[in-house]
Amino acid sequence: MRKCHRVVETKTIDEVIELNIHEYQAKEILADYGVKMAEGGIAHNTEEAVQRAREIDGDVWVVKAQIHSGARGKAGGIKVCKTHGEVEVAAEELLGKKLVTHQTGPAGKMCSRLYIEAGTNIAKEMYLSFLIDRSTERVIMVGSAQGGMDIEALAETDPDAIVKIYIEPAVGLQDFQARKMAFALGVDTSQLNHAVKTIKGCYRALRDLDANILEINPLVLTANNEIIALDAKMAFDENALFRRRRVAELRDNSQVDTREVAAAEAGLSYVGLDGDIGCMINGAGLAMATMDMIKLAGGEPANFLDVGGGASAERTEKAFRLVLADSGVKAMLVNIFAGINRCDWIAEGVVQAVKNIDMKVPLVVRLSGTNVEEGRRIIADSGLPIITADTLADAAEKVVQARNQLVAQEG
Amino acid sequence: MAILINENTRIIVQGFTGKIGTFHAQEMIEYGSNVVGGVTPGKGGQTHLGLPVFNTVKEAVQQAGAEASIVFVPPAFASDSIMEAADAGIKYCVSITDGIPTQDMMTVKNFLRRFPEEKRMMLTGPNCSGTISPGRSMLGIMPGHIYVRGNVGVVGRSGTLGYEAADQMRLLGIGISTSVGIGGDPIIGSSHRDVLEKLEEDPETKVCVMIGEIGGPMEVEAGQFFKENMSKPLVAYIAGLTAPEGRRMGHAGAIISSAGESAAEKVATLKELGVTICPTPSLMGETVAGVLAKM
Repeated sequence: MRKCHRVVETKTIDEVIELNIHEYQAKEILADYGVKMAEGGIAHNTEEAVQRAREIDGDVWVVKAQIHSGARGKAGGIKVCKTHGEVEVAAEELLGKKLVTHQTGPAGKMCSRLYIEAGTNIAKEMYLSFLIDRSTERVIMVGSAQGGMDIEALAETDPDAIVKIYIEPAVGLQDFQARKMAFALGVDTSQLNHAVKTIKGCYRALRDLDANILEINPLVLTANNEIIALDAKMAFDENALFRRRRVAELRDNSQVDTREVAAAEAGLSYVGLDGDIGCMINGAGLAMATMDMIKLAGGEPANFLDVGGGASAERTEKAFRLVLADSGVKAMLVNIFAGINRCDWIAEGVVQAVKNIDMKVPLVVRLSGTNVEEGRRIIADSGLPIITADTLADAAEKVVQARNQLVAQEG
Repeated sequence: MAILINENTRIIVQGFTGKIGTFHAQEMIEYGSNVVGGVTPGKGGQTHLGLPVFNTVKEAVQQAGAEASIVFVPPAFASDSIMEAADAGIKYCVSITDGIPTQDMMTVKNFLRRFPEEKRMMLTGPNCSGTISPGRSMLGIMPGHIYVRGNVGVVGRSGTLGYEAADQMRLLGIGISTSVGIGGDPIIGSSHRDVLEKLEEDPETKVCVMIGEIGGPMEVEAGQFFKENMSKPLVAYIAGLTAPEGRRMGHAGAIISSAGESAAEKVATLKELGVTICPTPSLMGETVAGVLAKM
């Protein structure tokens, strides 16, 4: 999904802020907007996969693993089959397996759904995407007559092969812009009207449903002179899901890090990382800065966790449990700058959390801001083995030191 | 002087009678901000915290002389409130609300651009902690007591990291002219550059500090503006040296993905542009002190 980034020098994709959906779900949505697709159906087990293939006319079927990642082909997630028997074998091979692509990271993503599609006789592959461009604050339409390949690589080797058209938000995508794109894609005049309908349909889907990105790679001209979306990716703005119920229902948590799912349910912003120093911080900027300090002190953060503004005792305990659920954590750092919060409330929450959870790793707490003296006193009076720190640098050094001691003891 | 707000700025609160609006309106009033009322559609004519409630921002402008507004309206309705403020002739608006849909912000920015520049409302946020001119006026949700009045202008995306900077400066006896939080969302009202432009014009501000993050071209644009148009020194800290590629770090805007936008790349570019780089977040105060000492 990060494919088109460098093309437009913007940024969008991420699992936490955006709701990603599967190819088959994006295709179901786009079908409603007049975009044509090859005939296909979803399967959750081998029997269903064979049944879907039987329902689809023709003598070639494509079995496609449904995971939240691009580059599935290279990872063996897309199999072309010539018989129902081959469909069965492909389905058995893919279902229940973790696929590793260069976008999933080494952990890979579980494939529990397959999309069985009629094989397409491809005459020409094109690229089409829509996304929100931060710098111009507009939707940008990106296209290329050279689709199917790595668009990022194309942007580097042949930037002129990529066309970008900015869409005025108040006016929307106009026909002339869609025609301009269709011609840039190299569409034959006999297919112009259908191409315009496809392009406008994609734009409407993005706008109507609060998608941040919609990518069709490849958009294909078939041997029968039809324009179809061979693949489809969509990601949606999490902040808009309150008004997009249908989209919200498409969420598939099996495709997201389980820790991040638990965090989202507790209303916390969490990103799992590879280090061993657990963090609980308020505010994203301070969290990033604290992680930088840990790194400078010679440690590696195990996570990013922003507890946000109203860190109640209950929320603090949830955050502690989340951080410590990672068995690799060797020390934990709490860094809170209380604005709306008060340090005494935070301190009470920390003390309560430590009492309720059997902590096996050292804890460093640094509090500043509103009611800091009372907060420090509560920590000191608790009698708990909590290491306190006054400054950011002090906190980072102490937590790295505590981590190193624990690791040394463990031998 | 200071920028954007001072002791005379007439402030209204949009979402005045709600729980959050009420709490922060009280805090602002206690701080000494000149809050002249608030807007809650349907509650016009009532009195809240001893101040008038208006049905529309237009009424607040006409009857209470409102110049600046702060928006605490829930995300689904916030974009509408911001546009209402712009339409009513508010000069400066801070949107605190976190979670406004991106496409709504696209609409807001498009709406603002329709006004001729001299009549266009300045917007900071959304998803920010607001603006403070210490000792004079607070249009935000920050702990006012950590800010001391002085000559350093601050602009930053993050709330708590801005507090950290202010606190480090306070401990070294360094004061702030105005500190502006511009927010962490992908589409925001004003950029670092927009705020630096104002700080450059402010006679009281001697040194500027920019607290940036990974992701987006904004910090580099500000660095270019500094090189070409600013006479005052600029100190910058960029958070996110350890952020892995392609992951969101809480702020929707802070995602590394394209070339030149990682913290290390930004730092290198800013250095070339002559910006004084603060190497670690614990040295923000000391770096500013060093620059001040040389003046």
